[in-house]
Formats: sequence, structure tokens, C-alpha cells
Amino acid sequence: MSGASATPGRGRLALPPAMIAAPLVVIALMLGRHWLFLPEDLVLLIGAALLFAFGGFVLGRLVGLPDRWIVIAVPMLWLVVFFLVPFFVLGRISLAETMIARPPYSPLWERGDDGGIEIIASLENYRFLLSDALYVNAYLSSLKIAAISTLFALLIGYPIAYYIARSPEPRRSILLLLVILPFWTSFLLRVYAWIGFLRRDGVINNLLTWAGIIDEPLVMMQTDFAVYIGIVYTYLPFMILPLYANLVKLDGALLEAASDLGASPVTTFLTVTLPLSVPGIVAGSMLVFIPAIGEYVIPALLGGPDTLMIGRTLWDEFFSARDWPVASAVAIVMLVLVVLPIMWLQSVQNRQEAQE
Amino acid sequence: MKRSILAAAALGMTVPAVAQAEGSLNLYIWSDYITDAAIERFAEEYDVDVTVDVYDSNETLEARLMAGATGYDIVVPTADFMARQIAAGVYQPLNYDLLPNASNMDADLMAEAASFDPENEHAVIYMWGTTGIGYNIDMIAERLGEDYEVDSWSLVFDPEIAAQVADCGISFLDAPTEMFPAALAYLGRDPQSRETEDLEAAAELLGSVREYVRYFHSSQYISDLANGETCVSVGWSGDVFQAADRAAEADRGVNVWYAIPKEGALVWFDMLAVPEDAPNVENAHAFINYLMEPDVIAEITNYVWYANANEASVPMVDEEITSDPAIFPTDEVMDRLFTAVTYGSRVDRVISRLWTGVRTGQ
Repeated sequence: MSGASATPGRGRLALPPAMIAAPLVVIALMLGRHWLFLPEDLVLLIGAALLFAFGGFVLGRLVGLPDRWIVIAVPMLWLVVFFLVPFFVLGRISLAETMIARPPYSPLWERGDDGGIEIIASLENYRFLLSDALYVNAYLSSLKIAAISTLFALLIGYPIAYYIARSPEPRRSILLLLVILPFWTSFLLRVYAWIGFLRRDGVINNLLTWAGIIDEPLVMMQTDFAVYIGIVYTYLPFMILPLYANLVKLDGALLEAASDLGASPVTTFLTVTLPLSVPGIVAGSMLVFIPAIGEYVIPALLGGPDTLMIGRTLWDEFFSARDWPVASAVAIVMLVLVVLPIMWLQSVQNRQEAQE
Repeated sequence: MKRSILAAAALGMTVPAVAQAEGSLNLYIWSDYITDAAIERFAEEYDVDVTVDVYDSNETLEARLMAGATGYDIVVPTADFMARQIAAGVYQPLNYDLLPNASNMDADLMAEAASFDPENEHAVIYMWGTTGIGYNIDMIAERLGEDYEVDSWSLVFDPEIAAQVADCGISFLDAPTEMFPAALAYLGRDPQSRETEDLEAAAELLGSVREYVRYFHSSQYISDLANGETCVSVGWSGDVFQAADRAAEADRGVNVWYAIPKEGALVWFDMLAVPEDAPNVENAHAFINYLMEPDVIAEITNYVWYANANEASVPMVDEEITSDPAIFPTDEVMDRLFTAVTYGSRVDRVISRLWTGVRTGQ
């Protein structure tokens, strides 16, 4: 009997001192805001994180969950509060009707004349999305732009990741740092910087004119070309880092064995390196593809009027048509479009792992 | 309902954010629309901490107001948007006892604004202006001849003329409520029409020149006109004058000017209003009253190049501005101007969809 309770993972985790201290730290931070002039955002962020950890822990204890579940409960709680709850709020708005009120949609239920409660919900908004080719085109166009951007990010990112992974140590760290360095500047500023490069009177046009390659400045701003550049540039590190993490683990002995057996470098790459790096390719591609579908800022700043993406369509529904219910329906459909491929990929990966 | 769930979920997070220090004022206003000096002077005189946030479209402002609990004490909506927001219960009535300077306001203009807000119950005019054409004088002369006079919407709405200037860059406001009335005026139809047939005709006109439009944006054109990056912009009067001012300062041979088209143009009023849930109502009134002091508002007009509606301030405004008919239009021009209308939600949808069609060709 006593052996069973000693099974690893079953023992009671001691309440970590940090957990007990969490509420005290939050209170101290709130006081600190007034006396030490700590920035409000910092207090909120640290406070929220601590309360989350503490709340998850205490809740788990109260319900009497085993400790290993409690460890999972914290991220689960996070997901529920910041993904599931907003998702349901959105889903509920997408079933409402628009009206001039605050908030500008119909309530979920209404008291009928006979005192009973009537639920107001309809799938009309989803039907509306199908009735107009605009939405389907916007989804397709977003998928296309995201797919092409991902492809280019892969083509550019793979050699870079490969080169970094093959570099000797001191240089490797420096190269990695260079990949991460742009993150130290605001994303918005970096996209703005591209405007300076691409515009009519910009760096690229001036250089080309100076070199005598072109007579008339090229129109690059407000084109799809600029959008691709913006997306590939912005998300390139998300492609390089997982690829690097994968390639750096590649066993050099495999490559040596291949060349000992007479394989050319090209054959070795195609039959050994590339297949082994598929998980890195998949991870990197997902990290680029998924945010690129919903991208709003880059096409807004660099794209032309005919760059049709779902992010902009959503903006139009929400802001200029003032139709929150239809906007919510657009968002829900987009979420489903993004989540389904992830789930499919997850299941493929799981199956692969199970086979191994 | 929704908000209480979220609030409960947010645990203690919102507590420090909601608590406002005594003597603060949160202003939410259009970008480049007030001077730092005016704000600093108010902060000093009244011992109030002023926070300023900016937006560049009525749509952004409205979405935040409709979501509620913005924490802002004063916002500056355009009158036609404000009419709908009043209907939704966004604003509180002004307490005119706290606004003695209201007597400085131009009665005629306030009466115009009252068509959106009966008896000016919820707001007073901050600035007003027109939606017309900003253009690069030299680039237009180069393409259409020295004698061409920019005085008609045909510069941007006639495909033959637009095609000739397309290479130096045409921009439209990304605001259907500004572009449709302009197109209707050019077509000789009622610019205030809500009829689907009229709106479709306007959309067809706008679509016919779409290929000559480099982009649709509501603030980008200020710097682009000033740099010579674009040469024609359908834009707001004061914004174009700011572009002209910046171009003159940069002194790189770019000359920008503004025209009110002869077919008529939209006249709009930006209003000072206090949200219903404003945390600092008294300070909000103090600030509105301060902005109605003639010298304060004159100084702001001298900076933003928009006309204010403060009769007593006119003598203090630079003569360069008061004598310019594009800013203070003559009575004859005034007669050709029209105000915007507030569309119903069905028409909003029609316009929004038509506008997406114009912009994307879809």
C-alpha cells in the first residue's frame, strides 16, 4: 500500500513558497505603484501572471485534483479565459442582429409579452457570408497571400538556418543574435522603414536611378509585391528559428556515412538532411502561415487598394458597416479555417510519432 | 452580461486601471488636431493631468464608444457620426451653466450643427471644414497645362482627366461617407441621397476611376502630398493646408493647394462631446469652456488651418487664414456646400459593400 503512494508523480506537491507569496507580491506591487511609481502596465502584467498561477493552483487544490493535473490547470485556465471565453462571446454576437444601441447588437434574450423568455439567435449572418462572393474571395486571397509568403520565407529561411546550424560556435551565436535583433525594434517601425525603401522617392528607386538601371522610378508601394516583401521580412525569423533548432540537432555522423557510401552532397541533402528536417519545416511554415492569413497591418500600410485580405474585410464589417454580428461571423469562420489545418497537422504528427 | 463575465474573469486586473487620479482629463481627438501649447496651458491653469490619445477615422472612434467604458472624458466625433451615437445613448447632455463661453459661438454654424443634435444639447463645434481636392500645383500644370484650373470634381472623377494625372499619384479618402456624396454631387444627383439607385450610380462612377487611384487612406495623404509622393488627394481642407505648410517648410519645390469643387462639397462639423460614462465630467466641461475662449481657439486654428466656429476669435486668427475662401468660404461658396446625412443600418450596409467593391474591384 505504501508503495503505491510513493509512485513518482502521485505525491503531493508542496505549495511552493512563490505561490503563497503571489498575493502578497500583488498587493506589494499595487502599493509600489503609488510609492515607487512603478509603471501601471508592469504592475498589471506581473499581477495578472501571478494571480493566474495562484488561482489555478488554489482552484486545483480545492477541487482535489492530483498535482500533475494542477500543473496543467494553469495553462488550461489561461486558454479558457483568453481563447475560449472570447470565442464564445464572438460566437454569441455572430448570432445576433445589428441595431443602433450600445453595444450595437441585439440582446441574447428578450422578455416576451407573456413574460416568457425568448432567445434571439439566428444563423442569418453566416448565410449572408455565403450569399456574397466577396467573403469567399477574401478568404481565398488571404490563403493565397499567406501560402506564397510562407513559400518564400521557407526558400529564404532554409539556407540561412542551414548556414547558421553549420557554423562554428562563436559565429553561430552571433548569427542567431542577428536573426533575433530586429525584434528589438517595434514591428510597426520596421514596416514603416520599408515604406522608406519602396516608395517613389525611396532608397531603392534612388539607387537604381543613380546606377542608371532605370529612368522612371518603379512603382512598388501599394502593390501586392510590397505586401509579400513585408510579410516575408516580418515573419522570416519565425521560419529560421524552428528550422535552426531542428538542423542543429542533425547528427553529423549520418552525413559522413552518406558521403562514405558515395552519395554526392546534393543526394545527401535530398535524402538525409531534407527528410529529417521536415518537422522544422512544418513548424516554421505554420508559424508564418497562420499569422499571415489574418494579417491586417502590413497590407494596410504597404498594400494597394485591390489587396483583398480577410483582415481588411473584417475591419470594413466592424467599422464602416458597423455590423458587429457579421464581423463576428467573419472572424469565427476565419478561426475555423485556421484551426482546422492545425488540428489536421497535429493528428498527422501524432500518427507519425506513434509509428516511430 | 458580456462585460460582467469578462470583468469577473479579469480578477483584480482592472482595479488600478479604473481608478482615476483626481484632477485628470482624458482627451481622445483626431491626430494633429490641437496644439501642445493649448493643452499645457490648460493643465497648468486648472491643475489637471491631461492625457491625449489620437485616432484618424470616425469609424475607430465609434467602435470604441459603442463598446463602452472608454475612460475618455472628451471625444471629437464628426456631426453625422455623432447623431447616430447620440441615438445609441453614447453621450451625456452638456451642462451649459458650466460653459459661459458658449456665447462666443457663431449662431448660424451652431444652428447647422443642431440638425444633427437638436438644440446642441450634447456637443459644441470644435472645428469645421470641407471635403475637397488637395493638389500639387506644378505637377498638375505640367500634365494638364498651365491654364487648367482645379475647380471641379472632374479632376478625379472624369476618367479621361484622371488618367492624365494618375502617374503622379491620386489618393482618395478611405471613408465612404465622404466619397459617395462627392460623387453624387459630380453626377448632379442629390448628394444626401439614400436611394440605392443613386448610391449604385456613385459607386459606378468611383469604380470607373479606380484604376487611376493609387491608394485609399484617410491620413497618409498629408505627408505624401507634402513630399510630392502624390499629386492629387480628395481630402479634408485643414489636412491639405497642413500638407501645404509642411511642403513650404521643407522647401523642396513642392507647392500644394486646396480647392472646393464648383459642383459642391461636403461641409462637416467636428464636435466636442462628453461620453455618458466619462470619469471626469467637470474637467471635461472646464476644457470645453477653455476651448471656447477666443484666444485659445484662435491659436489652434492658426496651427491646424481649420476654421473654428467661434465668432469672437476671428479677429485673432491670422489674416492669411481668414482671407482664404477655401477655409472661410464666401457666402456664394457656402451656398454650394451640403452637410452629410446619417444613414440607417440598411443603407450603411449597402454603402459599405459598394465601397468595398469600389476599392477592391470585387
